Amino acid sequence: METAPKPGKDVPPKKDKLQTKRKKPRRYWEEETVPTTAGASPGPPRNKKNRELRPQRPKNAYILKKSRISKKPQVPKKPREWKNPESQRGLSGAQDPFPGPAPVPVEVVQKFCRIDKSRKLPHSKAKTRSRLEVAEAKEEETSIKAARSELLLAEEPGFLEGEDGEDTAKICQADIVEAVDIASAAKHFDLNLRQFGPYRLNYSRTGRHLAFGGRRGHVAALDWVTKKLMCEINVMEAVRDIRFLHSEALLAVAQNRWLHIYDNQGIELHCIRRCDRVTRLEFLPFHFLLATASETGFLTYLDVSVGKIVAALNARAGRLDVMSQNPYNAVIHLGHSNGTVSLWSPAMKEPLAKILCHRGGVRAVAVDSTGTYMATSGLDHQLKIFDLRGTYQPLSTRTLPHGAGHPAFSQRGLLVAGMGDVVNIWAGQGKASPPSLEQPYLTHRLSGPVHGLQFCPFEDVLGVGHTGGITSMLVPGAGEPNFDGLESNPYRSRKQRQEWEVKALLEKVPAELICLDPRALAEVDVISLEQGKKEQIERLGYDPQAKAPFQPKPKQKGRSSTASLVKRKRKVMDEEHRDKVRQSLQQQHHKEAKAKPTGARPSALDRFVR
Amino acid sequence: MTANRLAESLLALSQQEELADLPKDYLLSESEDEGDNDGERKHQKLLEAISSLDGKNRRKLAERSEASLKVSEFNVSSEGSGEKLVLADLLEPVKTSSSLATVKKQLSRVKSKKTVELPLNKEEIERIHREVAFNKTAQVLSKWDPVVLKNRQAEQLVFPLEKEEPAIAPIEHVLSGWKARTPLEQEIFNLLHKNKQPVTDPLLTPVEKASLRAMSLEEAKMRRAELQRARALQSYYEAKARREKKIKSKKYHKVVKKGKAKKALKEFEQLRKVNPAAALEELEKIEKARMMERMSLKHQNSGKWAKSKAIMAKYDLEARQAMQEQLSKNKELTQKLQVASESEEEEGGTEDVEELLVPDVVNEVQMNADGPNPWMLRSCTSDTKEAATQEDPEQLPELEAHGVSESEGEERPVAEEEILLREFEERRSLRKRSELSQDAEPAGSQETKDSGSQEVLSELRVLSQKLKENHQSRKQKASSEGTIPQVQREEPAPEEEEPLLLQRPERVQTLEELEELGKEECFQNKELPRPVLEGQQSERTPNNRPDAPKEKKKKEQMIDLQNLLTTQSPSVKSLAVPTIEELLSLVSSQEDEEERNHRQMIKEAFAGDDVIRDFLKEKREAVEASKPKDVDLTLPGWGEWGGVGLKPSAKKRRRFLIKAPEGPPRKDKNLPNVIINEKRNIHAAAHQVRVLPYPFTHHWQFERTIQTPIGSTWNTQRAFQKLTTPKVVTKPGHIINPIKAEDVGYRSSSRSDLSVIQRNPKRITTRHKKQLKKCSVD
Repeated sequence: METAPKPGKDVPPKKDKLQTKRKKPRRYWEEETVPTTAGASPGPPRNKKNRELRPQRPKNAYILKKSRISKKPQVPKKPREWKNPESQRGLSGAQDPFPGPAPVPVEVVQKFCRIDKSRKLPHSKAKTRSRLEVAEAKEEETSIKAARSELLLAEEPGFLEGEDGEDTAKICQADIVEAVDIASAAKHFDLNLRQFGPYRLNYSRTGRHLAFGGRRGHVAALDWVTKKLMCEINVMEAVRDIRFLHSEALLAVAQNRWLHIYDNQGIELHCIRRCDRVTRLEFLPFHFLLATASETGFLTYLDVSVGKIVAALNARAGRLDVMSQNPYNAVIHLGHSNGTVSLWSPAMKEPLAKILCHRGGVRAVAVDSTGTYMATSGLDHQLKIFDLRGTYQPLSTRTLPHGAGHPAFSQRGLLVAGMGDVVNIWAGQGKASPPSLEQPYLTHRLSGPVHGLQFCPFEDVLGVGHTGGITSMLVPGAGEPNFDGLESNPYRSRKQRQEWEVKALLEKVPAELICLDPRALAEVDVISLEQGKKEQIERLGYDPQAKAPFQPKPKQKGRSSTASLVKRKRKVMDEEHRDKVRQSLQQQHHKEAKAKPTGARPSALDRFVR
Repeated sequence: MTANRLAESLLALSQQEELADLPKDYLLSESEDEGDNDGERKHQKLLEAISSLDGKNRRKLAERSEASLKVSEFNVSSEGSGEKLVLADLLEPVKTSSSLATVKKQLSRVKSKKTVELPLNKEEIERIHREVAFNKTAQVLSKWDPVVLKNRQAEQLVFPLEKEEPAIAPIEHVLSGWKARTPLEQEIFNLLHKNKQPVTDPLLTPVEKASLRAMSLEEAKMRRAELQRARALQSYYEAKARREKKIKSKKYHKVVKKGKAKKALKEFEQLRKVNPAAALEELEKIEKARMMERMSLKHQNSGKWAKSKAIMAKYDLEARQAMQEQLSKNKELTQKLQVASESEEEEGGTEDVEELLVPDVVNEVQMNADGPNPWMLRSCTSDTKEAATQEDPEQLPELEAHGVSESEGEERPVAEEEILLREFEERRSLRKRSELSQDAEPAGSQETKDSGSQEVLSELRVLSQKLKENHQSRKQKASSEGTIPQVQREEPAPEEEEPLLLQRPERVQTLEELEELGKEECFQNKELPRPVLEGQQSERTPNNRPDAPKEKKKKEQMIDLQNLLTTQSPSVKSLAVPTIEELLSLVSSQEDEEERNHRQMIKEAFAGDDVIRDFLKEKREAVEASKPKDVDLTLPGWGEWGGVGLKPSAKKRRRFLIKAPEGPPRKDKNLPNVIINEKRNIHAAAHQVRVLPYPFTHHWQFERTIQTPIGSTWNTQRAFQKLTTPKVVTKPGHIINPIKAEDVGYRSSSRSDLSVIQRNPKRITTRHKKQLKKCSVD
């Protein structure tokens, strides 16, 4: 690991994203395993392009990792953090030049704030208000702490940038391999397996292991970094899909007839006959659910931790062979031949939503890791990117000559799709932006038609399964550079894996919690609440939370006569009544305004119309 | 005599009777005597009865005058003594004895005491006891209220309660035991010593020491005492002032005011004698005050008080007087200064024409010259300046015709204005000098300066009018609007003619109003030539503008499904930038690809419409299914004919149809290509909160408190620990004693209890208070 960068360093940044004029295209390829020189100085902010000429550097200069500290003028979050400098004076009289805790950039803190303050709360009592204040203070404190810990995410994603006007899509794999270090170059390889037909492949969650299955029964699993083969078998049956379960020790293979589960030695552990004629497999890691889509039109959820089928849902749309999962909310997306994509949860018998995406059938679906974008490709040769945040509208559309197959998103939002024997990769502007389909970021031609595509997690590697075997491509900037060592550690030992397995099982999320908006679970069930209230009122015969009728306060000096009391009471009553009337009038106006047709205006000549 | 006789006869009678009675006991059988005797006795009785009719003798009858055999114990009379029988007298023995005195005393004491009331019944006694006990306990316990509240609100409670003092030794002690050993330390200490930096005990530099020594303790004490005294005096004075201020008596205030005035006058007199210059200054101040009053017009009949007095004046002499006083004061205050009025009169007298020409403006200018009123001065000049700037473009050609060439720039309007004023002055002074019928002379004198005086005169007239108008309008508005935009607005229309010019001020007003309406509009208005048009435009624009985006929005909201799917998306030509051999291979496969494409295109063209229609149908069905159903309660045949083919009447159906309440709008209302399932996920709802916890009244409030995740997956380790701290922490192996007064800083004596109560009297509830009061009464 590299040391934390010193913010005060005055060395000009060694690497930047400028596009200086040069003879040869500059390619920057970064690999997090590459040991880099310590003390990388923070570069200029990413959004600003430095147009200044820099001294020439060797062509194959490695990218140094950027620190995450923003170089923007860091405004202290709260002025009170700055303590009185006098109190900071030490014994010797020396003064701390930077008193108080280090300032945290506000934008970073904002990222961790989860309380939705846009919604205005109704008037609350003092006690409630104090509770709310405590909650907000806690949120602020924790988000500041989280923002501070961003400093520990020292790794920077890689990128590839062409020279002025140069298209990055023209850069072929050989160039990249030539430019990067040996360790990274070793990640590009081809497996020539022409015998057993087109291959489907799957990386384990840590990104360390690779499993692939050929149409003609060839199943193998290997540690692809060290190229150590774990198992290799032939199941003597057509293999439709292959998927790792929660760890690399278990492997689900959708075979011609039934679903089989193997361990990493290639020993068949289970044959699940309730899942027959499975075409596609998806594994939901936090729920320990294996979702299978079958030719019979059933979507089956299998809980692999207890070996029980949680739900078998009939999609009523014929053969299912297009499936993907939304990693954000664990909703399964199924593509159908009538151009719709349906969203499923095991808790509901009907789809959560149905989206009409294409005029022809849907060929393939993919959802990005943040659950924001969905890429669909249809038989109408279109590739569309949909916004999944409530609107479900296409953000961009592109017609491709052959259409696109097997789209997949990388962790950092790159989109890959195979067109025949060509693989196209599109990139967005930033991390949160959808990939723009204008210009491909990278292209690669393979020896046969593509049959399976997946980006390797935490690596800038794309695995392509095709008729000629398996190809591992280098795609700079595809993988997330910082991994959570407790969650999915590529370097974990067996012991660590076992520990993690136990913890993950303890934290297993119940299957019925899968819904479109996972944050809705943190909301009060309003319907039950209202129901309960109604029942209580019925039981008691009165509303215990009803507003007490207005009781005028007794006043002194003879102003508390019965008449005045009654008058005051009446005043309040009238005011309330007026409020009610006003509200109802407003509602009426609202309704009328809505009901009124906006387009046709009554004209004076209408009276002559017969 | 008669009485004596009567008594004797009676005596005799009784004697006879006795005598007659005596043998009766002995001689029972003497019958002849008996009858005689009997008749006599009767007679006697009769006599007695008659005599007893007289009131005087009635009581004497009861008297036992003679000892007899039969003494009635009930007929004891106390005739002889004539006083009531006292109980003590019964005790009176023949001879007095001392032993009876104590009994007497006791007897008297018993008499003096009142009767003892019945004791209360047991329940009541117990209740009173309980109340008293409750009050006492409540008092004692109320000191715990703040502690309880604090503990309830505390994030975390740690038991056992006793706090250990953090054993932090003072830095001096630490330092004293520490010696510099390493060479680096020694070097540092050398440096410190060189700079006279204290290293050990007192930790004060010599300078600080000196500053400490600058003031001795006694001195400080004295100063403090002085300050305290001053503060106390001040507070007394303030209290006094406040009290006096609160006095409502009008008379008192009148007296005070008068006294003050008198005092001031006296002082002024004295000052005049001693220091005339200062007195002058004082006078000026008084004058200024007068001006202020005049300006504010406080003493007119328009105030609330004055109005009320006016009503009263009809009937109340006093009110009438007060009103008159006020009016006189008003007159006094609003009287114009002598100098100004004189000139006015002269003018008015001399020339009727000129009055039209130069009425107020000149006066005001003069006043400016006289009175020390900077505010008036400034406003006037600024007004004139504005006017000048407005008139500037029109004046220009004329001025040029006169051959007066002035430098363009910022100062020009002001200079021009000044020239104008000077001209006025000159004219006035000339007029003064020449008194009557000297119209020709000033004109002639003016001709020396300007080429054509008549022209100038007419010009001046117009100008002065405009000035006046401008001034008035400005004054009315008294709005501090920037002059610059005004000027800008004026400038684009310099070609306008004279008659239009005169309408100017009004138009300016409208324009100003426009400006207030909306700043952006004024930019538009600038380009438009006609002010009327401008007004219309400005009226129209605010109506039009918000409309346009609204319509746009509405259009945007409803997206056409057909468009959505049939939009022509740009197709990519060069996908994988192919190398030459790849190109060759592409060409070979191009033909069959095209064929395939064609076939697919046809297929899609036919399939596409179906897809959309099917989807829309499906959506319609879903919407229908999710709508709440109406309830029809009509009973066919009830109250009318029923049977096959007969339907209940529409009226009846309408009457018995219970319409279902309209549900919330569907989420996919505006999304034609989406069907969102509105059904509730019951399984997930089972995991949701369904009861609001105590202090929350609305579910939004509660939701806000649970929006932040507390798990370690989403938080740093420290934050996680802090968010999940247990509410109560106990030390294992320690005895947790109940809380004591000492633990929370109270002393356990009774005095401390009282002090606690006094400190927070609000803690005691009203009920407690009532009970306390009752106790004190008891």
